Amino acid sequence: MNLPAPIQRHASLAFAIIAALAILTIAAMPWWAHRASEQLLIEFLYTLALAQGWNLLAGYGGLLSVGQQAFVGLGGYSLVILGLNMGLNPFLIIPLAGVFCLVVAVPMAAVLFRLRGANFAVGTWVVAEVIRLIIASNTSLGSGSGTSITDTLVGIPVWWRVSTTLWIALALGAGGTLIVYALLRSRLGLALTSVRDSEAAAASLGISVRRIKWYVYLAAAFWAGMTGALIFITKLRIAPDSAFSIDWTTTIFFVVVIGGIGTIEGPIVGTLVFFILRGLLSDYGSWYLIALGTIAVLFMVWAPSGLWGMFTKKFDLHLFPVQRRVKSS
Amino acid sequence: MADWINTLLQGLLAGGLYALLAAGLSLSFGVMRIINIAHGDFAILAAYGAIFLVGSFGLNPVEAMIIIVPLMAGLGFALQRGILNRTLGSDVLRPLLVTFGFSIIIQNLLLQGFSADSQSLTAGSFGTASIPLGGDIAIGLMPLTVMATAVAVLAGMQWMFNHTMLGRAFRAAADDAEAVRLMGVNHRHIYAMAMGLAMAMVAIAGVFLALQTTIAPTDGPQHLLYAFEAVIIGGLGSLWGTLVGGVILGVAQAIGAKFNPGWGILAGHLCFLAVLVAKPSGLFPTTRDR
Repeated sequence: MNLPAPIQRHASLAFAIIAALAILTIAAMPWWAHRASEQLLIEFLYTLALAQGWNLLAGYGGLLSVGQQAFVGLGGYSLVILGLNMGLNPFLIIPLAGVFCLVVAVPMAAVLFRLRGANFAVGTWVVAEVIRLIIASNTSLGSGSGTSITDTLVGIPVWWRVSTTLWIALALGAGGTLIVYALLRSRLGLALTSVRDSEAAAASLGISVRRIKWYVYLAAAFWAGMTGALIFITKLRIAPDSAFSIDWTTTIFFVVVIGGIGTIEGPIVGTLVFFILRGLLSDYGSWYLIALGTIAVLFMVWAPSGLWGMFTKKFDLHLFPVQRRVKSS
Repeated sequence: MADWINTLLQGLLAGGLYALLAAGLSLSFGVMRIINIAHGDFAILAAYGAIFLVGSFGLNPVEAMIIIVPLMAGLGFALQRGILNRTLGSDVLRPLLVTFGFSIIIQNLLLQGFSADSQSLTAGSFGTASIPLGGDIAIGLMPLTVMATAVAVLAGMQWMFNHTMLGRAFRAAADDAEAVRLMGVNHRHIYAMAMGLAMAMVAIAGVFLALQTTIAPTDGPQHLLYAFEAVIIGGLGSLWGTLVGGVILGVAQAIGAKFNPGWGILAGHLCFLAVLVAKPSGLFPTTRDR
């Protein structure tokens, strides 16, 4: 079913207004909400930020990274290096952590791009492990048992700490979503979408698939690095095993797969579903994770386009219109 | 000097276990073009299966292996036929994420059933026996058995590839899956057979793993990485290359661990990355990664 363009425009306009109001409401949370709900929203937003980054990487760039925890961890450890050891303000470290990850990602990509498809995926995991092992053997970074980063936050009043964290999380989660949206509506976005749909066809139309892959890999590294620094500001303690845990990637996988890979709406829907399931089931420990794994398998086998894909197939409604329609005149 | 030779011998023989793990991964990648992310977890599953059989029914490890191997092969066949075959296509994402899901499910089922404590199998006096080679140099009987098994399994695979209908079908599917279908071969059945065989090899590796060291429910991924590294170092599609890859990995880990106990695994990973930089197609490539 194809909705007429005017209805589609009205729907996305209505959504834009609702989204703008939601962003303003969230930004004002420090004045009206409980700290616990702020914490939950921060978590929601940083999960969304990681999911959007990975969606750009895997959904559009075709780069199946299983190693994004490398950048989450490195972002977190930027707090130790720049904050604990050099005394920088933790919130200033966040953009620096992104730049740091971007720089580290260059040699990583140069090596990993020699592998393709599924081999690339496992390769990224190996590199994440290498970084974890190097950091775990470094005593000045707290070695294997990790270190507290509370000292970097001394002197910042709690209200400011939580509020600033929330605002930055909003910039990373909602801002990240908007950046991906703007990107996909641009010329580069057209190239990205064509690479998603068929690398061979994109290349034959003169798109440098290789350059596109470099861009998205570096962009996702930058974003995951900043997000990692933010995550560990909220956790106050960092250890190699938690910072470089595959669980970061597992969560991202689940979110993007359930929501719908290769769409902007998918990660938002997926993050919502993930937090609802976690709220309902996380008391069940291992069984909760078994359930998540089973749901992900079921989706990948029988509904690979995810919840949002199923929805658009039925209603042809796009909240972030990035589709290009062929006009017959 | 003698302990350096011992270190090298240990690493060399550790390569046998890696090659056993890697052979299954290499087979499923070669035939189906998928990487089973849960590969290592299936090895750990087989190991816990053996621990269960030995603990509950008083079997010895060899009897346990005889029971576990066909069970795992059947599981592999069923999973490929029932689930993984539905995810085949040009998109590598789907099988990758499905096996990633398997990995999470297996790890948590094992945590639920066996707790997070490390366990192992004991092979009695055989497990600690060694053959003295003069001086202070000795070879452990257990690692030697594993290496001999690995060589035998790889030789059996090579023979099967060259001399049986099934082996021909595997090679044909690896070369061109569509042409195989045009020739009237049921590719879904061939894929399920390949996964069954891969899982049988994983089961052998898993039981040996429990005999050689302690295992925990979440150990699977690290063994996936070792197996993967052995395959890539050796070169995609080459069986004997896989053995060499496993040995190189084992020696790199042993040398790293000799300098600092914490560096063993890191040295293995760095060796893999070095090969990737120097010779991306591996040392003995026979097929191209398409």
